[in-house]
Amino acid sequence: MGTRKMAQPLKYLGETPSQTAGPYVHIGLIPHQAGFDIFDRNFGHVLVGPNTPGERIRIEGRVFDGAGAPLKDVLLEIWQANSTGRYNHPADRQDKPVDPTFRGWGRTGADFETGLYAFETIKPGSVMGRRGYRPMAPHVNFWIVARGINIGLSTRMYFSDEEAANDADPVLNIIEPDIRRRTLIAQRAMRAGSASYTFDIYLQGDRETVFFDL
Amino acid sequence: MDWASEFFQRDRSIHPPALTPEYKTSVLRSPRQPLLSLQNSLSEVTGPLFVHDEIGPLDNDLILNYAKDGQPIGQRIIVHGQVQDESGRPVPNILIEFWQANAGGRYRHRNDRYSTPIDPNFGGCGRTVSNSDGEYWFRTIKPGPYPFRNHVNSWRPAHIHFSVFGTGFAQRLITQMYFEGDPLLAKDVMFQMIPDRNAADRLVAPIDFNATVPLDTLAYRFDIVLRGRRSTLFENKLHGN
Repeated sequence: MGTRKMAQPLKYLGETPSQTAGPYVHIGLIPHQAGFDIFDRNFGHVLVGPNTPGERIRIEGRVFDGAGAPLKDVLLEIWQANSTGRYNHPADRQDKPVDPTFRGWGRTGADFETGLYAFETIKPGSVMGRRGYRPMAPHVNFWIVARGINIGLSTRMYFSDEEAANDADPVLNIIEPDIRRRTLIAQRAMRAGSASYTFDIYLQGDRETVFFDL
Repeated sequence: MDWASEFFQRDRSIHPPALTPEYKTSVLRSPRQPLLSLQNSLSEVTGPLFVHDEIGPLDNDLILNYAKDGQPIGQRIIVHGQVQDESGRPVPNILIEFWQANAGGRYRHRNDRYSTPIDPNFGGCGRTVSNSDGEYWFRTIKPGPYPFRNHVNSWRPAHIHFSVFGTGFAQRLITQMYFEGDPLLAKDVMFQMIPDRNAADRLVAPIDFNATVPLDTLAYRFDIVLRGRRSTLFENKLHGN
């Protein structure tokens, strides 16, 4: 007889374990890229409608493996606040306008040939931080899955033109080495008159992106 | 349930680690630095929400949603279950998506070159939104096992991929459902890399005779558990209101 636990049982359920999304994740989440059309309505990489307020931006980049090769089968999702810095979700009770036409979520697959991904969205505003903390600098939340990734990876993208806000951001500030903090800052460039941010994600190596345990 | 509450810390011991050398593709695709632990802010406790109207009436019927000149070949099954959080609360109105190989183990995907044929009447994907009790169901055919390039003789057991949203983006989950009694599970690297055997068994759906359509369709039950939220007893709220 081993040690007897002299206490009531705690009746929590265990989370369902993660499994890799595999090489054919496109079938389920973006079937057009797998090579066929099946649903009337599809989710995609364009988050904005014609009347969405805010600065139109493009976010693009690649996800690199430990050998420096871009992942051509990776799937990315983003989640962000609107241009005033409010999430389209009942838990966000900030006194800011919510735009019912802007869900703030999108998904895309990297190009099978080049590994490039892209989102068409608007630049989010600053969101209130945890109680007692400063506001968070504008950022976009990323979640990436692929063959070879056993549990989805979470990270954040910040904006290179928000230097002062980034310097005060409560999340960036808990990343100690500056070189690692910089892995989360996307670089702004103007292309054909519109703003574009390049956000490359490195799974390993000297430039390994900071990933979060949320 | 307060949707502004933080999530329980994720128990990573029930998930496969990032680096699993027996699954070779993970070697170059696993972060080497430790994950940075982040207390939840609004960015984590919120997430995309979906409504039933966004989903078409046949989206959860894989037997009919790609049928061209007949029905797909294979064993007809119903898959159903309930989505709960770790506290046992049902999670209603969340998007669940699923995809799978056909009865011969072949995916309708431009990168799948397995020698078994594409089924002209089978797309292999569907989606649904959980009902007010967190329940979901869909109809499909049982997928076949197939070989994959890992070791020379690696085979995947029959499985259905699941993508699940919660009410916060930090609950986002992708997993695979397996079938009770499949002898290939004992040799499957994906299934065996889950360090906690009890947790792994939660991915294996039992036959549910009470949910069959007699003389027509077998049924399997697959319950899903997402991360729970902390109770707002004293100081767990993100911000006063």
